Amino acid sequence: MLRLSPLHLHQPRDLAQAVALLAEHGPQARLIAGGTDVLPSLKLGQTQAGVLVSLRRVPELLGIDLQDGQLRIGAGTRLAEIATDADVLAHLPALAHAASRVASPQIRNMGTLGGNLCLDTRCRFINQSDLWREALGGCLKSHGSECHVVPGGQNCVAALSSDTAPVLIAYGATLELLGPQGTRELALVDLYGADGRHHVLLQPGEVLVAVRVPLPGPGTRVAYRKWAVRKSIDFPLVSVAVRLDVAAGRLTGGTLAAGALNPRPRVLDLAKWAGRAVDADLAAELGQFAFDRCRPLPNVPYDAEYRRERLAVEVRRAVLELGVIPS
Amino acid sequence: MTHARIVGGRHGKPDSLDAMTGVARFTDDLVLPRMLHAKILRSPHAHARIVRIDTTRAEMLQGVHAVVVGAEMPMRYGIIPWTPDEQALAADKVRYVGDAVAAVAAVSEEVATAACRLIDVEYEVLPALTTPEAALAHPETRIHEANRHGNVTKAVQLAFGDVEGQLQAADLVVEGHYQFHGSTHGMLEPHCAIGHVDGRGLLTVWSSTQVPHYLHRELSKVLGIPTHQIRVIQPLVGGAFGGKSEPFDLEFVVAKLAQKTGRPVKCLYTREEVFLAHRGRHPFDMHYRTGFTKDGKILAVDAKSVLDGGAYSSFGLVTTYYSGQLLGSPYAFQSYRFDSTRVYTNKPACGPKRGHGSVQPRFAIEVQLDKAARALGIDPIELRRRNFIGENSQTINEFHIGSSGFLECLTAVEEASGWKERHGKLPRGRGLGVAGSTYISGTNYCIYPTELPQSGVQICLDRSGRIRVFAGTSDIGQGSSTMLAVIAADELGVELDDVRVIAADSDLCPVDLGAYSSRITLMAGNACLNAARDLAGKVRDAVATKWGCTKREVLLAGRRAQRLDNPEVWMPIQEAFILAECAFGTMGATGSYQTPKEGVHGEYRGGTIGASPAYSFTAHIAEVSVDEETGEVTVEKVWCAHDCGKALSPVLVEGQIEGSCYMGAGETVMESHGVMASGLRTDGQRRDPGPGKEGLLAASSLLDYRMPTTLDTPELHAFIVEKPDPRGPHGAKEAGEGPLHSVIPAICNAIFDAVGVRIDALPVAPEKVLRALREARKS
Ligand SMILES: Cc1cc2nc3c(=O)[nH]c(=O)nc-3n(C[C@H](O)[C@H](O)[C@H](O)COP(=O)(O)OP(=O)(O)OC[C@H]3O[C@@H](n4cnc5c(N)ncnc54)[C@H](O)[C@@H]3O)c2cc1C
Ligand code: SF4
Repeated sequence: MLRLSPLHLHQPRDLAQAVALLAEHGPQARLIAGGTDVLPSLKLGQTQAGVLVSLRRVPELLGIDLQDGQLRIGAGTRLAEIATDADVLAHLPALAHAASRVASPQIRNMGTLGGNLCLDTRCRFINQSDLWREALGGCLKSHGSECHVVPGGQNCVAALSSDTAPVLIAYGATLELLGPQGTRELALVDLYGADGRHHVLLQPGEVLVAVRVPLPGPGTRVAYRKWAVRKSIDFPLVSVAVRLDVAAGRLTGGTLAAGALNPRPRVLDLAKWAGRAVDADLAAELGQFAFDRCRPLPNVPYDAEYRRERLAVEVRRAVLELGVIPS
Repeated sequence: MTHARIVGGRHGKPDSLDAMTGVARFTDDLVLPRMLHAKILRSPHAHARIVRIDTTRAEMLQGVHAVVVGAEMPMRYGIIPWTPDEQALAADKVRYVGDAVAAVAAVSEEVATAACRLIDVEYEVLPALTTPEAALAHPETRIHEANRHGNVTKAVQLAFGDVEGQLQAADLVVEGHYQFHGSTHGMLEPHCAIGHVDGRGLLTVWSSTQVPHYLHRELSKVLGIPTHQIRVIQPLVGGAFGGKSEPFDLEFVVAKLAQKTGRPVKCLYTREEVFLAHRGRHPFDMHYRTGFTKDGKILAVDAKSVLDGGAYSSFGLVTTYYSGQLLGSPYAFQSYRFDSTRVYTNKPACGPKRGHGSVQPRFAIEVQLDKAARALGIDPIELRRRNFIGENSQTINEFHIGSSGFLECLTAVEEASGWKERHGKLPRGRGLGVAGSTYISGTNYCIYPTELPQSGVQICLDRSGRIRVFAGTSDIGQGSSTMLAVIAADELGVELDDVRVIAADSDLCPVDLGAYSSRITLMAGNACLNAARDLAGKVRDAVATKWGCTKREVLLAGRRAQRLDNPEVWMPIQEAFILAECAFGTMGATGSYQTPKEGVHGEYRGGTIGASPAYSFTAHIAEVSVDEETGEVTVEKVWCAHDCGKALSPVLVEGQIEGSCYMGAGETVMESHGVMASGLRTDGQRRDPGPGKEGLLAASSLLDYRMPTTLDTPELHAFIVEKPDPRGPHGAKEAGEGPLHSVIPAICNAIFDAVGVRIDALPVAPEKVLRALREARKS
């Protein structure tokens, strides 16, 4: 079977210790939360680490709190908990839904929100064994010099595959980070960069502590739709969150955040539809808008053209889902 | 007083709790003292000559005990003795990405893996042929130099009756082109083997195989040691489905490395290696012409198929025959011709997967029938009824059909699904489809020519009241050991728990050929029945003597021996066994089974291949919904009725029906085993690795190879139909493979009922459905 290369595991008891350990070990250290992403990629040789710093025993990362008009979710909170938490279900139902669509029950019992947001990008040319990648001759993200998705491209365009990122962006989430230089805040949408080799723009040694989401007002609704071949286990092949802000039956604003395209989510402002009723026409238009503005690449393992068409359908259905907003 | 028979009772598998609670021991659970671990170095090229292998650096790594290369085991082997084209490790050429080149035994898997990276192999890269078209177009690029016909591994043409004449006479000719994609078994347990050589030089190999006997023979051939110096043990196997029905590199490797190191050596495949070992369903490209009278009778079937074989022959010779030979029932053909060509390609070798060689043609013919029913305005079930070949009949290719419950199967699913009220009448987007099929209960001939029995069983009973059954049979989860226990317990009057089945250990058990072709129930079942009857006769004899009655008046049942006419007179079965042991000495008997040689098949060349003592029959109805916006097809419900002759263990038969339907539905709508891109790279250079890099599997993990999860499987209704066949034990026929076949065309026919489009190229992916719907709208 596949074996993990020997490595050192540290299990700090608090956040300060975790940050200190990261600083001490530098680039060879990696954080591990639930391990459901980092362990498979280590085993497959897609990533290397000599030291793992585990967040499992760090109490500051746990818990879901309702405070000051915000929901604060610790980065170490398990996806299974997020999917079933009463406050999340009441205030951020689309997040609960997205969390419930990640992988499988076993993985949701282990996987954390922080790990999900910092999930590595995915591509059919990298999520393979050593033998396979060697046979291919590598690529920008492993040991090669070329991207097979965009030949000649300078960046890796592997896909953001987190189910919770699009929906949290649509909800306008911000992140609490702690690093050697202290704490900082960052809008979630700014966490991601364009190069799939290091798309998570944390500073060296930084830990994601919590996610803060402002409670949506009464006219705001978010829907998340994911398509994958199977109803469980699969990473998203199409993934989109749609937020609509409605007042007096008319749209006042909105956001569309699509994942599974590039290393960075595609975030589109829907302000130009302000004043429109949320109806089938709007749904069709927004579907077409997504189709025009998003171009799935042949990175994740499914036909890119179909994914583009499917994205349009999912956007349309998301809007229709939201159309039941009381006006 | 009548006792509930064990045969036909609703029991489970006595050993299932072990598997469910994790105490069952699979090959990888076995740990021997001083055991080493082996890893196999595999080719990164789809097609290349091995110029040089240097193992020095690997041998010097601390913790490495031995390295083995192909030149040390050059003997060619193959599961079919006529086509020995494999080597344990490739000595001169690699033929697919993943072909085994060398292996290392080391103190741990980690060290063995690291050592493999230190083996230096120089390759001369050759053009890779990854499609049958490319392989046929470039015979000068020979995947196997010794092969006489370019890259064609086997071609079979057989004709029965006047096909052209009948096609001309036909009122309707349906012509169709069908593509069946590759799929693989996806068994839970990866292949695993352990080799060990004891002080006397006896080699023992434990392997998660489904053919311990053939493994035994091939080990002897490749390693050059006589079979009596080899012991093969098959521990509990976690699924196989045909994917473990021939020897694999790891079994030779552990044996050789055990010889070289003097220590036990284990090798466990990674999941990727399971995908590379493959031997799964062949991709078929099929062209069918079928002629009908206006009332739906089949006048002619003309079938042309190209089989994509992958890098080695495997069972390919048989697959090529099966692709045509197994189509002759349940429908009578007035004339029939098939032309099947199997081609080598630089990809993992294809072989037998549940329904070996006959699932693909069944898909084609059943869709052809559906098209004809539509064209002729005949109900698709009625059309099938009209063509039923009948019981005790002969197919056009001269196979003798014994019992057949095909009509009963059709009726069972017709009624259960509400077909008459619903077919063709459901709202758009929802549909029902039907299909039927048949399968063999073992093949009439052994893989190697022999007069020896196909199966032997030995039974011992003793003063404890227990029964021990020794059999070479391979329980791969299908329940063959339960089947033996059921037959023995039923005959000897004990409960299932009183029977210990010791199976698949070549030192302890008589030979059985293995778990393939759905042969064990019929063959080992008969052997077991013979042995059990022999012993039961002696026990009844001994009791009769004691009671002063005749043997016929003694009944063994329910842990008792009792008077047939007076249930008040009885003794515990243990006492009866003791009486027998006193009278006859130690109680043991053997039984064997040999297939009937008369009245089974025709005498023409190839006429024996695919012939079986008895055939099972199946009918499926599938209900699907089609999302016309996304093209997605959901298999909502499946009704399957299967004639297994006699269900010795109805719960297990239902399990086989359900498992078969899930498996078939999965390969219809989601699964696909194939390589990423293809094309002949004539310059043989690797300077442009890219998506065109040949021979890389598109899906080599259980994440990318999408088998249905429990959320993706249809609601299933399984019906057992029993038409006992005189050749089966208690009339039993097969149940393990037949119930897969027709679920695939039933789903495709249901899609047509739902939205009026045909998807004749599998799998039914949403983009294909969308495309078809768009084209239909246009025209
Ligand atoms: C079979 C399978 C299917 C999957 N399907 C899906 C799916 O459908 N959708 C989906 O979104 N994901 C899926 N995943 C990926 C993964 O399981 C989830 O994304 C999960 O939420 C990851 O969380 P984790 O805690 O296990 O992360 P880990 O593996 O522990 O960590 C992932 C990454 O995040 C970093 N990290 C973790 N916590 C922090 C932190 N607090 N601060 C900074 N960096 C941190 C780690 O260093 C690592 O780089 C799947 C995984 C598998 C194996
Ligand atoms: S997008 Fe390009 S560079 Fe990134 S993993 Fe895929 S092939 Fe490699």
